[in-house]
Amino acid sequence: MTNLPPMSSTGFLRWVWRQLTSMKTALVLLFLLAVASVPGSVYPQRGVDPIKVRDFITKSPTWGPILDRLGFFEVYSSPWFSAVYLLLFLSLIGCVIPRVGVHFRAMRSAPPAVPRMLERLAGSREVTPTASAEEVIGAVAGALRKARWRVVSGPADSPTWVAAEKGYLRETGNLVFHVSLLFVLSAIAIGGLFGWKGNVIVREGSGFSNTVTQYDAWGGGRYTNAQDIPPFSFTLDKFTVDFERGIAQRGAPRAFEAEMSYKVDPTAPVERRLVEVNEPLSISGAKVFLVGHGYAPLITVTDKTGKVVFDDAVPFLPQDGSFTSTGVVKILDSTPQLGIQALFLPTAALDDVLGPHSTFPGPDDPALFMSAWKGDLGLNTGKPQSVYRLVTDKMTKIGLEQLRPGTSWKLPDGSGTVTFSGYKRWASFQIAYDPGKEIALIFVALAIVGLTMSLFIRRRRVWVKVVERDGVTVIQLAGIMRASTFEDKDIGALAEDLDFVEQALQVAGVARGIEKEQS
Amino acid sequence: MSPESLARMSNVMVYSSMLVLTFAMFAFAASFAGGRRRVNSAAVESTRNAGGTAVITKAVVVTDDPGRRASNIGISLTWLAFVLLLVGVVLRGVWAGRAPWGNMYEFSITAALGVLAVFLIANTRTDLRWLGIFIVIPVLLTLGVAVTVLYTEAAQLVPALKSYWLVIHVFAAIICSGAFTLAAATAGLSLVRDRAERKAGSDVELTGALVSRIPSAERLRSLTNKTLAFAFPLWTFTVVAGAIWAENAWGRYWGWDPKETWAFITWVIYAAYLHARSTAGWRGNKASLIALAGWIAFLMNYFGVNFLANSLHSYAGVGN
Ligand code: HEM
Repeated sequence: MTNLPPMSSTGFLRWVWRQLTSMKTALVLLFLLAVASVPGSVYPQRGVDPIKVRDFITKSPTWGPILDRLGFFEVYSSPWFSAVYLLLFLSLIGCVIPRVGVHFRAMRSAPPAVPRMLERLAGSREVTPTASAEEVIGAVAGALRKARWRVVSGPADSPTWVAAEKGYLRETGNLVFHVSLLFVLSAIAIGGLFGWKGNVIVREGSGFSNTVTQYDAWGGGRYTNAQDIPPFSFTLDKFTVDFERGIAQRGAPRAFEAEMSYKVDPTAPVERRLVEVNEPLSISGAKVFLVGHGYAPLITVTDKTGKVVFDDAVPFLPQDGSFTSTGVVKILDSTPQLGIQALFLPTAALDDVLGPHSTFPGPDDPALFMSAWKGDLGLNTGKPQSVYRLVTDKMTKIGLEQLRPGTSWKLPDGSGTVTFSGYKRWASFQIAYDPGKEIALIFVALAIVGLTMSLFIRRRRVWVKVVERDGVTVIQLAGIMRASTFEDKDIGALAEDLDFVEQALQVAGVARGIEKEQS
Repeated sequence: MSPESLARMSNVMVYSSMLVLTFAMFAFAASFAGGRRRVNSAAVESTRNAGGTAVITKAVVVTDDPGRRASNIGISLTWLAFVLLLVGVVLRGVWAGRAPWGNMYEFSITAALGVLAVFLIANTRTDLRWLGIFIVIPVLLTLGVAVTVLYTEAAQLVPALKSYWLVIHVFAAIICSGAFTLAAATAGLSLVRDRAERKAGSDVELTGALVSRIPSAERLRSLTNKTLAFAFPLWTFTVVAGAIWAENAWGRYWGWDPKETWAFITWVIYAAYLHARSTAGWRGNKASLIALAGWIAFLMNYFGVNFLANSLHSYAGVGN
C-alpha cells in the first residue's frame, strides 16, 4: 500500500476503513486465515483431546507452557485466530454493504445509452431493415423484454435505438454469497451462545434423565439456561456390537446398535427407537448421538464381616482397539477403605512384553486382572478425583489376582472378598442442542447457489441502432461482455446474443439476413 | 463369481490400467519431444460479395504437427486405461458390497479414476492433448503408491462411515481431486511458460523449445480459472456434505479435526485465488501460485492427515 495515511483524524479513519475494505486486504486476510488454521492441525487441541495437551506440556517443559500461553493448544479460540477472522468479516461487511446499495440502484436504473460508434465494437454487425425504424425498434425491444433483458429505447417520439442489459444476477449471486457467509458465522455464534452439549455413559439396562447433574461432562453457551434443558429421559434396553472377524482389519467395529426406550417428558408415553452411529435420536430439539461403547464388569465386594459393601456394574474405559479396559472401584464405607484397580480384558492374553492385554474387542475369553488396596482413598480432602483413577498415596497394596467370570478372590489379608460375576456393556452418548444448526445450513445452501450464479452468469449489454449512412438505412447490432469467468468464450457468447437479436428481427419481418460481419 | 475371483479381477484391471497408462505416458512424451508446433502464419481468405460492401474474413490456421499422432495415441490409450480402471473400481465395490472408497487404497484408485475422468471429459470440450503427460504421470504415481503401500483387502466399513452422506461427500471430493489436479497442472505450466515468454520477449521466438508445445501462459491461466470456477462451488458443497455427515455421526458439524481443518484451509486458499483473479497486480503468476498452494493443501488433506493418528477421520486401513 503505497498511499500514505492522511493526518487529520477523520481522514485517517476513513483511510483505515478504505484499506480494510479493499480487495487486497481481503486477499491478505484470507491468507492469514489459512496460515493461522495450520497450527491447530499440528498441535493437540484442548477442545478435542485435553489429555494429549497435558502430555505434550509435560513432555516439553520449556516449549509447552510458552505454546500454551500463546494459544497453540486452543488455536480456534485464540485471540490471534479470532482477530484474523473478525477483521475478515469486518472487511466483508464494509465491502459488501455498500455494494448491495450500488447493485440495488444499478438494477433499477436504465441500461446505459448507446455508444457513439457501434461499428467499432468487437463483433458488431449490420442488417438491412425492411420496415420503419419505429417498427424495428419496437420488435427488438419486445423480443429482448420477453427474454428478460432490461430494455430502454429512445428518443421518445420516434425511437431509433435500443439499449438492453442482462446478467444482473451475477452480482446478485455474488452478494448473496458474501452476505450468506455473514449469516453462517452468526448462526455458528448463536449455536455457541445458546446451545449445549454433554456426554454420558449409560450401562445396559440403566436409564438417564436429562438434567445437568446426570452428565459426566456438560457445557453450555454463555446464554444457555442449565435449568431449562428439556426434561426427556431414556433407557438403554440392549446394546449390540459386532466386530470384524476376517483377517482384513480384524477387530474393526462393524455395527453398534442401541435399543432405547425414551420419554419426551416424565408424563409422556414411552417410545422405542434403535439408535445407531449416523442414526441419532431427536428429542425436544436435542439430538442423542451414539459415540462410543465399552464394558462394565459386574463386581461385588464383601467386607471381613461378610457384609456386601459394593455390588455394581462398573464402566471401564477402553484403552486400545482390542478394548483392554481400565477401571477402579472405591469403597468408602468399610474400615479401612478399600480400592480396586483393574484391567478388563474381553479376550485375555498375557505375555512378557505387553503384560495382560486383550487381543480382540469381542468378549471371547473375558478376564479381570486387578490389584486391591486398603487405607485412605483421599476422598475426604475435598479435592476432586476422577472416578477412573485410584489415588494410592495413602494406601497399601493387598495383592494381585486375575479372575474369570463367576469366580471370587478372598483378599489375602482377610479384609474381604471380591467377586467378578460377569459383565454388562455400556454405551456413551453425546447429547447436543444447537439452535444455529438449521440457520447455518440454510445460509450455506444459499451461499452455494449465490456462488454458482456469481461464477457462471455473464453480465452483458447489447445495443441496436437504426442509422442512415450514405443514403442507405442499416441496423447496427453490437454488445459487450462484462467481467466474467470465461473471458475467452465471451466473444462466442456475445455472438449468440446478437444472433438472437437478429433472429428476432427476421421473425418480426422487419429486417433481412446477415449481410455484413466484422471482427 | 466368487469373492476371491472378483478381488483378483479388480486387481488385474488396476494393474492393466497402469500398464496402458505407462504406454500413454510414452506416447505423450513422444508427442512432446517429437514435433514442434509449427503454426503457419494465418492465411486469410477474403471474399467480396456483389453488393460491394460486405467482407467475409476467415482466418485459416494451418497446423503441421508431427507430434500430433503420438498425442492422439496417448489420448486413446488414456481412454482405454480409464475404462480398465473403471472396471477395476466397480469390481472392487461389488466385492466389498459398498461404494469403493472405504479405505486409502480404494480412495486412491477412485481418485485416480476421477482425475482421468475430469481430464478426458475436459479434453472433449477443448483440446488438452498437450496436458496429457502432466496428468498421466501423477495418476500413475498415485496408482503405484496405492497398489504397493496402501493396498488393503476389502472389509466392511466402520459404523461411522456407513452413511449415504459419505457416498455423496467422497464422490464430490473425488471429482474435486480431479479438477484441482487439472488446475494445478495448468497453473504450474503457466508459470513455466510465462518465464519462457518473458525470456524470449515474445511468443514467436519460442518455436522449437519444449515450452512451445504448451499453450500460451494467458490461455493456461484461463484454463486454470475455468477449472477452479467449476471446482470451487463443488468443493464448498463437499465440505458442507462432510459437515452434515459429521453432525450425524458425532453430534457436531464442525470440530476442527485435522481433516476438517485442512479442508477449510484448502477452501480458504481457493477463495483467495478467486479474489486474486480480480485484484490488480495479482492476476498473473501470483494467482497461479495460489492455485498451486490450494492443491498442496488439498494433497495434505488427502495423504497427510490420513496418517495422523489423532484424526477421527483416520480410516486409512493401512498396516492391518
Ligand atoms: C470470508 C471471506 C471471503 C470469502 C470466503 C470470499 C469468497 C469469494 C469468492 C469465492 C468469490 C468468487 C465469486 C466470483 O468470482 O464472482 C468472491 C468474489 C468477490 N469477493 Fe469475496 N470473499 C470473502 C471476503 C471478501 C471481502 C472481505 C471482500 C471485500 C473486499 C470481498 C469482495 C469480493 C468481490 C468484489 C468479489 C467479486 C470478484 C469478481 O467479480 O470476480 N470478498 N469472494
